[in-house]
Amino acid sequence: MRMDIEDDPEFDIFRDEDEDPDAEFERENDSNKEYVVYLVDASPKMFNTSCLSDNQQPESHFQIALSCISLTLKAQIINKSHDQVSICFFNTREKKNLQDLNGVYAFHLPQGDYLDRPTARLIKDFDNLQESFSKNIGSQHGVLPGSRENPLYNAIWVAQALLRKGSAKTVNKRILLFTNQDDPFGCLKGAFKSDMTRTTLQRAKDAQDLGITIELLPLSSPDEMFDLSKFYVDLIGLEGDELVNFMASTGNRLEDMKDQLRKRMFTKRRVKKFKFTIVDGLSIELNSYALIRPTVPGSITWLDSITNRPLKSERTFICADTGALVEESTRRFHPYKNQNIIFSVKELSEIKRVATGHLHLLGFKPLSCLRDYYNMKPSTFLYPSDEGTDGSMCTFIALHKSMIQLNRFAVAFSGSSSRPQLVALIAQDEVIQSGGQIEPPGMHMIYLPYSDDIRLVEERYSDTSGVPKASADQIKKASDLIKRLDLKDFSVFQFTNPALQRHYAVLEALALEEDEIPEIKDETLPDEEGLARPGVVRVLEEFKTSIYGENYDEESEHGTGKPTEASKKRKAHTEFAKKECESYDWGELADTGKLKDLTMVELKYYLTGHNLPVSGKKEAIVSRILTHMGK
Amino acid sequence: MARNKEVLLLLLDVGPSMHSVLPEVEKVCSMLVQKKMIYNKYDEVGIVLFGTQDTDNELTTEVGGYQHVVVLRNTKVVDGDIVEALQQLPRGTNGGDFLDAVIVAMDMLIKKFGDTNKGKKRICLITNAQSPIKDPYEGSKEEQVTTIAKQMTAHGMKMESIIVRGKLSQDENKEIMDENDRLLNIFSKETSTRLLYVEDPISLFGALKTRNITPVTVFRGDLEFSPKLRIKVMVYKKTQEEKFPTLKKYSDKAPQSDKFATHEVKIDYEYKSSDDPDIVIPPDQRIKGYRYGPQIVPISTAEWEAVKFKPEKGVKLLGFTDSSNVLRHQYMKEAYVFIADTGNAKAGLAVSALARAMKEMNKVAILRCVWRNGQGSVVIGVLTPNVSDRENIPDSFFFNVLPFAEDVREFQFPSFTNYPASCQPNRQQLESAANFIKMLDLAPDGEKEVLLPDFTPNPVLARFYHYLDLKSKHPDAAVPPLDYTLRKITEPETDLVLQNQSVIDSFRRSFELQGNPLKKPKRSLREKINNEEGKENITAPPANLIEYTSIKVEKIGDSTPVQDFEAMISRRDSPDWVLKAINDMKNKIFDMVEDSHEGDNYTKAVECLVALRKGCILEQEPNQFNNFLKHLCNFCKEKNLQSFCEYLATKRVTLIPKTEAIDSDATDEEARSFLVKSESKSD
Repeated sequence: MRMDIEDDPEFDIFRDEDEDPDAEFERENDSNKEYVVYLVDASPKMFNTSCLSDNQQPESHFQIALSCISLTLKAQIINKSHDQVSICFFNTREKKNLQDLNGVYAFHLPQGDYLDRPTARLIKDFDNLQESFSKNIGSQHGVLPGSRENPLYNAIWVAQALLRKGSAKTVNKRILLFTNQDDPFGCLKGAFKSDMTRTTLQRAKDAQDLGITIELLPLSSPDEMFDLSKFYVDLIGLEGDELVNFMASTGNRLEDMKDQLRKRMFTKRRVKKFKFTIVDGLSIELNSYALIRPTVPGSITWLDSITNRPLKSERTFICADTGALVEESTRRFHPYKNQNIIFSVKELSEIKRVATGHLHLLGFKPLSCLRDYYNMKPSTFLYPSDEGTDGSMCTFIALHKSMIQLNRFAVAFSGSSSRPQLVALIAQDEVIQSGGQIEPPGMHMIYLPYSDDIRLVEERYSDTSGVPKASADQIKKASDLIKRLDLKDFSVFQFTNPALQRHYAVLEALALEEDEIPEIKDETLPDEEGLARPGVVRVLEEFKTSIYGENYDEESEHGTGKPTEASKKRKAHTEFAKKECESYDWGELADTGKLKDLTMVELKYYLTGHNLPVSGKKEAIVSRILTHMGK
Repeated sequence: MARNKEVLLLLLDVGPSMHSVLPEVEKVCSMLVQKKMIYNKYDEVGIVLFGTQDTDNELTTEVGGYQHVVVLRNTKVVDGDIVEALQQLPRGTNGGDFLDAVIVAMDMLIKKFGDTNKGKKRICLITNAQSPIKDPYEGSKEEQVTTIAKQMTAHGMKMESIIVRGKLSQDENKEIMDENDRLLNIFSKETSTRLLYVEDPISLFGALKTRNITPVTVFRGDLEFSPKLRIKVMVYKKTQEEKFPTLKKYSDKAPQSDKFATHEVKIDYEYKSSDDPDIVIPPDQRIKGYRYGPQIVPISTAEWEAVKFKPEKGVKLLGFTDSSNVLRHQYMKEAYVFIADTGNAKAGLAVSALARAMKEMNKVAILRCVWRNGQGSVVIGVLTPNVSDRENIPDSFFFNVLPFAEDVREFQFPSFTNYPASCQPNRQQLESAANFIKMLDLAPDGEKEVLLPDFTPNPVLARFYHYLDLKSKHPDAAVPPLDYTLRKITEPETDLVLQNQSVIDSFRRSFELQGNPLKKPKRSLREKINNEEGKENITAPPANLIEYTSIKVEKIGDSTPVQDFEAMISRRDSPDWVLKAINDMKNKIFDMVEDSHEGDNYTKAVECLVALRKGCILEQEPNQFNNFLKHLCNFCKEKNLQSFCEYLATKRVTLIPKTEAIDSDATDEEARSFLVKSESKSD
């Protein structure tokens, strides 16, 4: 019997990605590289100001900045390893940069460039940097009265010089500036101060004119809010309302601040831009974004095990009848009625073209119609394109508002070339929590199944004599249980994927040639301590008794269900194979090389008899038998 | 493979009131048989028609009665003949008695298969059940139906019924229909099969499952609440994409005379050394490598096995939470269903109690699942109650996979309130949008929901199988247009649109999309650059470089020299434009400085100079600028225009140093001090 592997895609997390053009598109977009310079203020103030973290450990602003950068680097090495990064400190005692400017220290690996792709070594060294910081780099007050030094100016200049490489058309260039000093020239006076301010702003503007974005990641403490208006508002060019919003999102609590920093460090990458036809003659431009997609370990590259050099794979097409090499054929066939029906590739794609346009509105339904099993793959987020008009934006906002108010979702047909299908569009209101955006405003596109994709499982287990339904008392006991086992602050993203964490921990250890692989904490395991609390144990027991009565243990042992027909057959088959297996002299057959003369059925007697996998070609099976026999 | 062979009898009502929907019946039934020919080719199918003019069945010859029932095809292994018969059903002339047809069908199955093929014998009835069934010789109709249904169960037969109603049938005699519905319900209950009512052609098309897939458990074992409380469950896929069939590559290399040619194309993969493309590396000399940043880390399968994450098989509860803590769009994959293990009645009670309590309290459960041994990953997901309102269908749970922290990209988007007033809908617009939404209602009160996923067939698959059959008869046939019924899945329903034309028109008028290009709420150069990829520029591009390139600037004019220059220097149709732009700009600046009266042109000249400087950096031509700036300063000194140099110094226009453009000959110091020096010299 063939195993239905298709049935369970997570059977192997290292499976190849489906050939989804959307995903491809995304990857293409991802090749859109990013060069980032992290500019970290290293003035004494960064070290002196601290926040209390959740476990009441004080953490300095400098530490926060470093740990955020470290997290980002780790994400970059996994997802966007073609990005290039540089980490520069300013207001430092030592100096190290191409221009030899004072007060700026560019951190890099001896063998690497100042701006380079992140490597395992870089992350490792960077993580260790904090300890040696005061010795090797040192913190120092930046701008001082009477001194002409301007480390901030120098820092932007250094960053700009680092970002010189690559064309601004193909590479996103960004400077991320971490500081808690809202008024860098505060200690200066008069013309001197205005001169410094002016030159620094000009420096920043020059950088921006070259296509470099400067983003500010202000760190503030509860007793001293970061005041943008003192200086930075001009540097990053915010106006009016934006200013209010910008500050609102620089949180107070340490965790919030970290959260915000993390969010800001990533650039938005859209998947696609398309037209949403609402009615004939009225359509709006939308961008789609993949906000949720399974992160899988990177693809496998085959290497030569001797040289460890990557191999080039070559694909050839061979005619099965003549053995001749052929070009990739543009014709396909499908057997039907004892003949081969031939299709051209063009005809096949024509079949799939069932709709004109990309997304076509069909109507609306109440949200309660969207059942929990109407789901096929991760949703896609839609937001109006900024290339549209204000009219287009206005239409979107009006529909969005009304849909939320009326509790409805839209049904639309998405005519993508890979799988044209019905989709549900759910309007999502913006959710802001402790100053940060938790859910962005827009619409989520949910891919709906067709009747062909839905399986009637519950119906299969219907029973004419009625099925067990719980009594009111049993439901009450279940409610008590649910109340006790409540996860109050559950958030969907709170767990990291242990398989992935392990994967990268192994890779990191191997890349750094370390002997020990660090243990990864599996956060997904249930809270055993919590479950052992007396209150919890009591409700569990009460529920158990209400359902199973006193003899639960008996029930669970005997009640494993009657063996199904299939399992009976399988058992019989195994026993038969075992018996048959004994009638061969396997050792003899192996020694004389006669194994290959046996039929597959005969060979499988051995495999089944010894509980070995029976899959594979004859060659593989013979070698499996030989291995098992130790020959 | 004949082990799972199914015998299916199609009982089709072809009476006059069914004529309007018969084309749909023909399509769906012929597709069902076609799919069987591909996926279940040993299955048998037979066709019984009722409501026909003629009568042709064994019972009528044996015992009489059973008028207007025709056995069109006795059961046989699926073939093209059955497909053809289904594609042209005769139109009947009489109201059909479905019970007669059911008895005929049952008789056929008993005669041919007796007690064999238990559970694999299926009767599928498609009718509108509008005609009355005859009174039995003794007892009530209900009793008769119950007896028949019991017989069916005893012989291991199942019967599913698809009843065509609503818009699809002229609502005739309500009394008869109600009676028939009651009778059909008995069948459904007694044989525990589906009884479906469909009200539109799409649903009729989608209601009949055209492909039978025996579900396989994903997991069978304990749903663990604590080490002391475990509930026996079975987990199945609830949704699973039915994929477009995989077609093989065709090779025409075999000679025409070769009758046994497979015409297949084999694909061979060879791995070759990157140093010497002639060397093929054998499989045992290959090793897997994973990318980690720029490095590729080699690791053998055995090593990997030893170190990889190996969770223990099991499904564990983490806890319950408010359903509002999990949002619908966070579901990651196809859905699963959790059902109590059939062998364990107490488990059924436990599932029922929990599902009902969860529904009442609006709670969901969070689970951690490892479906099988050796699976290298865990799944976190949400369990939602699926309470059944039918007494013979058990309560169960749906389960959906949720994302891990790594799977979420927290992009930030501007609040809608950040957009200018022109983007905010006014009251009239909101009203018109609300009306529009209410009008385009696909699930109106008291009516069947339209485009219900459970009853909506995949139009692409339907089209493929239709075309496949067409091609088997006419190999050169072109792809047929999408079926009229199926088109209603991809386009708005014309009736609905026409009925509400005024609402739609008012909606359209409210949102005439002429507006101005959107003013972005946040200035960001990066986005501007990104947006240039946009392929279809339907609206006017924003006023930046693109616009100018499209006009193809050929000279720098007086009105907008900076823009002209930027456009010209970024022209890519010839490399000469860069130099031409630089030279033109230089001349323009000279002219401006020279023609200036008391410095009135200085501001403009400096703007041009800044643009030139930027352009020279971008195009890596720093010396063009540096030499020019030096030349310009000398020129000013000669012409007694030092005021311009001083002005320049205040504007901090410097030479381009090496740090800004690698090809520059000037150091930072030189660059910075250049103007200072020329100033001091002029003193």
